Amino acid sequence: MSISPRVWASRHAQTLVGSLGRLYQQPFSTFMTIAVIGIALAMPAGLHLFVVNGTNLGGRWDSAVDIAVYLKSGTSLTDTETLAGTWRERDDVDDVEVITADQALRDFKAGSGFADAFEGLSANPLPNTIVVRPAVDRLSADQVAQLERALAAAPQVELVQADTQWVQRFFAIVEIVERLVTLATLALGLAVLVIIGNTIRLDIYSRREEIEIAKLIGATDAFIRRPFLYSGAWYGLGGALIALLMISALLVLVQGPVTRLAGLYGSSFEVAGLGAGIALTMLLAGGGLGWLGSWIAAARHIRRLEPS
Amino acid sequence: MIIFENVAKRYPGGQEALAGMNLRVEKGEMVFLTGHSGAGKSTLLKLIALIERPTRGQVFVNRQNTNGVSRGRIPGFRRQLGMVFQDHKLLSDRTVFDNVSLPLIIDGLGRKEVGRKVRAALDQVGLLSKEKKMPLALSSGEQQRVGIARAVVSKPVVLIADEPTGNLDPELSSEIMNLFMRFNEVGVTVVVASHDLSLIGTLGKRIIKLAAGRIDDAGNGVAR
Repeated sequence: MSISPRVWASRHAQTLVGSLGRLYQQPFSTFMTIAVIGIALAMPAGLHLFVVNGTNLGGRWDSAVDIAVYLKSGTSLTDTETLAGTWRERDDVDDVEVITADQALRDFKAGSGFADAFEGLSANPLPNTIVVRPAVDRLSADQVAQLERALAAAPQVELVQADTQWVQRFFAIVEIVERLVTLATLALGLAVLVIIGNTIRLDIYSRREEIEIAKLIGATDAFIRRPFLYSGAWYGLGGALIALLMISALLVLVQGPVTRLAGLYGSSFEVAGLGAGIALTMLLAGGGLGWLGSWIAAARHIRRLEPS
Repeated sequence: MIIFENVAKRYPGGQEALAGMNLRVEKGEMVFLTGHSGAGKSTLLKLIALIERPTRGQVFVNRQNTNGVSRGRIPGFRRQLGMVFQDHKLLSDRTVFDNVSLPLIIDGLGRKEVGRKVRAALDQVGLLSKEKKMPLALSSGEQQRVGIARAVVSKPVVLIADEPTGNLDPELSSEIMNLFMRFNEVGVTVVVASHDLSLIGTLGKRIIKLAAGRIDDAGNGVAR
């Protein structure tokens, strides 16, 4: 039997609203279910935010990975600029800055408080310096070490000084945490599937008589499945909404103390919020997981319920 | 319209419900199946509706061999039948109107057409005024008439009923049977299982008596 698209659409709309009404009729158990789903969805989203903020914080330490390259005294400014230019072309380098000997001396006099000590010197003892910022986020610790060796190999170079190790470690830790978050997300997504699947299974068996009657008068499995799929999607969406609320509350609670702490360190660091992208992703993931979980349960159990 | 060719049905556990049944019900005919409980009446109806499948032999309904109807095509197959049950099998949380409209909604009809056909069916069973009631607010006889309205609302070619008057007093029973007679008069093939011999004996239709999974009573109930 073919169905006109308009009838099809209106029937879907009816089922959509009808399944929502059915959930509304059992507010307590519905709320319990979506609260559990909400917690399961809030955890990966919360961890994700934690990592995002962690890397933001890390990003502010970029300058700490700079490699200072001191050139041999007597290297001309032109040679220095040329050398800086070739390094700037390298893939493993983000940025290159030239600090001339004169500039270095001025900075040193201004910053160190030893200005008087230099008065007696006839010539500037400081060399030209090139500051190289490696592309840390793309490089492994080994590759950074390689870069250091490559810089040191240039004939004009006197000394290469870097302290990139701790930043490397920091990014390695972040990477591990990111992996763990991904795993936790998968595990909790699976949990949502199972929770919704089980809820829908119970729902199906509590309406087994109705399902058997519908089968007796010629309803297809797809027809019977439809309201359960919508219920599952509603559960998932509701869970995602609860998760969003929980995370928003968490952000509000944390924002104040973090700003205060950052202030004590003289930093303007601010906690990154959820943003529309993550919120939308969570809603879609919730609804999608709900639909999928109920589909799996409904396909299995509705098939089993045959009139006898 | 309905043909049984050497049909046997053995349930798991060894109980033999039908043993080599041959039966032919013509298009537009009305027959009664009778016999003691366990004689095979319900099994015969279940084979027609594909609720059960034969262990041996073939059942044809409306020229289709039911052995050739795959699981996925059973819903479509059942929609050409109307089924009435002893316990009505109504959805108690839906109104009379919603119960009767279910086959049409499954068929994918639009709202206007559904309304028109449901009211026509309810009118035929005399329940037009009760469309907004819940089934449990109705008497047992009225509930059964809702069941009949649901069975005929999509104009099936075959109407089968398993003990439709099993729970009713004689007066209501004869009302229900008259309804089936009326649908038969407009061309629907009707098969009714009933052990109410005193009632069905007066209706002048073929009576097939079953005993131990076979057709009994050579005189009256021969398979044609």
